[in-house]
Amino acid sequence: MDTILAMVEGFMYPNEVELQWSILIVLYPYITGLVAGAFILASLERVFNVEAVKPTYRLALLTALAFLVVAPLPLQLHLGHPERSFQMYLTPKTDSAMAMFGFVYLWYLMGVLVLEIWLDFRRDIVLKARSSTGFVRDFYRVLALGSDNISERSLEIDDRVGRFVTILGIPSAFLLHGYVGFIFGSVKANPWWSSPLMPVVFIFSAMVSGIALVMLVYMVVSWLRSKPIDMRCLDTIAQYLLYAFIIAFSLEMLDLIHRMYEADESFKSLDFMVKSRLFTSQILIQIIFGTLLPLGLLALSQVVRMTERARKNIYATAGVLTLIGIFAMRWNVVIGGQLFSKSFLGYTVYKMDFATREGLLPAIILMVAPFFILWGLIRILPPWGIEEEPPAAADPESC
Amino acid sequence: MRELFKDKEHLFRMAGLFGVGLLVFVVLRGVLIPADFGDLGHYRASALDDDSSVELRFAGRAACEVCHDDVAEERAGGAHEGVNCEACHGALALHALDPGAVVPELPEAATLCVTCHQASVAKPVWFPQVEPVDHADGETCDECHMPHNPGI
Amino acid sequence: MTVDRRQFVLTSGKYLIMTAAATRAIDFVMAGTPEAAPGYSAFDHWWAMAIDVDLCIGCGGCVRACKEENDVLLEPYFFRTWVERYHVPEGDIEHPVVDSPNGGYDGFPERYREGDGAKNFFVPKLCNHCAHSPCVQVCPVGATFESPDGVVLVDTDYCLGCRYCVQACPYGCRFIDPRTRTVNKCSLCYHRITKGLTTACCEVCPTGARMLGDLKDPSDPIHEFLRTNMVQVLKPQMATGAKVYYADLDGSVR
Repeated sequence: MDTILAMVEGFMYPNEVELQWSILIVLYPYITGLVAGAFILASLERVFNVEAVKPTYRLALLTALAFLVVAPLPLQLHLGHPERSFQMYLTPKTDSAMAMFGFVYLWYLMGVLVLEIWLDFRRDIVLKARSSTGFVRDFYRVLALGSDNISERSLEIDDRVGRFVTILGIPSAFLLHGYVGFIFGSVKANPWWSSPLMPVVFIFSAMVSGIALVMLVYMVVSWLRSKPIDMRCLDTIAQYLLYAFIIAFSLEMLDLIHRMYEADESFKSLDFMVKSRLFTSQILIQIIFGTLLPLGLLALSQVVRMTERARKNIYATAGVLTLIGIFAMRWNVVIGGQLFSKSFLGYTVYKMDFATREGLLPAIILMVAPFFILWGLIRILPPWGIEEEPPAAADPESC
Repeated sequence: MRELFKDKEHLFRMAGLFGVGLLVFVVLRGVLIPADFGDLGHYRASALDDDSSVELRFAGRAACEVCHDDVAEERAGGAHEGVNCEACHGALALHALDPGAVVPELPEAATLCVTCHQASVAKPVWFPQVEPVDHADGETCDECHMPHNPGI
Repeated sequence: MTVDRRQFVLTSGKYLIMTAAATRAIDFVMAGTPEAAPGYSAFDHWWAMAIDVDLCIGCGGCVRACKEENDVLLEPYFFRTWVERYHVPEGDIEHPVVDSPNGGYDGFPERYREGDGAKNFFVPKLCNHCAHSPCVQVCPVGATFESPDGVVLVDTDYCLGCRYCVQACPYGCRFIDPRTRTVNKCSLCYHRITKGLTTACCEVCPTGARMLGDLKDPSDPIHEFLRTNMVQVLKPQMATGAKVYYADLDGSVR
């Protein structure tokens, strides 16, 4: 703490010197953003009948689930008393946006994602149960809730109910991530956060990051399985990524221009902060490498004819840059909002430790864990159907 | 009835699971919410008692004057009349509770007086402030000023 | 107190009631054991504080007393109350130079010279016990709240330590106590004011710059203070309903 105090520039209220929300709180909106974005991509096929992206439908759902399961962990690690976190279910304060967390999360996990995945995979689960023995069979039987009925009609009913759940799921996904934007956007004490645009910016950057994630996962999984990538699928995803990116970037520019034009009491302090302490993370990483470059690459791929190989490279590069850029955006919002004093007279520093409860190491573990969970989910519920052998030409599930 | 469930039993089972979950949630809420929560507002009413039962460290001037009424008389009409006892003598609730057991040390004039009276441009001009070196020429404050009634 | 004495006190008018209140307070001090305040009705009071900036000499007594009374950690990062020194060069109220070394706990080492054309003064700060508190609004579980007598308190047995309220406070008056891992802030010495005593900071202020006030008590001097002084609250544009009223507050104060 003494080192932080020594590095304070100007004046900060004495209690402001230490940052309250750490990298874990940067991770949380990032992860729920990936969930919401992946789900929106999946719903493109299911609800808006964008048939081209069907190959990634199940993969997107499983990706969303893998990340959603990890989402509460950074919050639990951050709380002073995680053992009291259930109190949010007991006495939620309706004025507080944060109180929504428990309910929105539980609803989205159980009422949307788990339900939809279960309905879509039920046929495969039952088939797996029928063709296995012992513990594995029991496991799949439980997963199927003991049902053995995969008649045409039951699957039809599943499909209709699943479609309904997906339709409900779209506003639910917006709520899951939008309320996080509102948590920041409704804090009148903090001019870096306080803005009605905040939930919208969060949602659109979530869509960008989620779509990029599914695109990359699809490419990597196909490569690992030595299966050809459906280029029509990939090209369509890249298109949607570009559209979402244009909207997200426009919103951020709108916020910036508005700030610069109005130049209210906080402007000078924030402007200085961006040019000094946030220069690397905001100007370089978020804007130049994380937004302008991938936007340029994606736009290029839309206007110039390229070989399949070139497009794959461009998409992969753009995807990785996007994920880094959106992470930087979350960082700049959360950490940036705490680096300046509410007196507008000073700045502090964020000292991130490594192997402490809120340090870099747990953050890395939490970001890597969902991929292991995804791997496990893919083993249990293979997105490309239960046939592991070279698929028959007419099999609609394989990519 | 059979017709209703046909091809849909799995959905009813799932709904049943949700129903059980909801029931468990409602029961747990009934058990775990603190009994007095919500009595006065969206908080645990007994928290008010928790905050009122903190130990006192400062006794307050009135407590001092119960015993030290001679000092109270001495200070009456002087420049320090409005300065409460513990501003200089420190927190003395323990002494008020058991005067014999806890005997406070008298503060050192040399270090105590300057905390207020050291001259500074930020202090209001009407406030009596001095540069001790120039003012007292090495003597401690209480050689000339009686702390309880400091006028000369 | 015996019944006879109580009767005498209650029938003898305002002055004697005040003395009796002080006497009852002494009973609590003499009792030695911390206990809740029987006979105190929260609904009869509406606490506020009056601060006269012109009277503050920056001695730091309030900061020391508060840390002592409320068992606040002595490190320079945790303050229930603190004092800021303002140096406004050439009357440029948009660019004051502000410092608060260890919150003013050890006073203020001299930094400025006489006659440099600047305006210098001290401003004590604390929780404003807002009537429309943004910190209370954002607490997800109801661990911080406004009591019926207008004091914003923290329920440390219920607080999750999520730190949302710390973010929401425009005045920077909240902090996380690393010992309890919950939020901590000025409680307006609730354990003292419910027993007829004044807050620790007001008790030791040598010039009377800080003054506790009960807005529901018609005889309280705060009414006169609000009537006769040019009074402001901090960050009025936030509409927090702050109840710490500053007299003679300069436009440079943040």
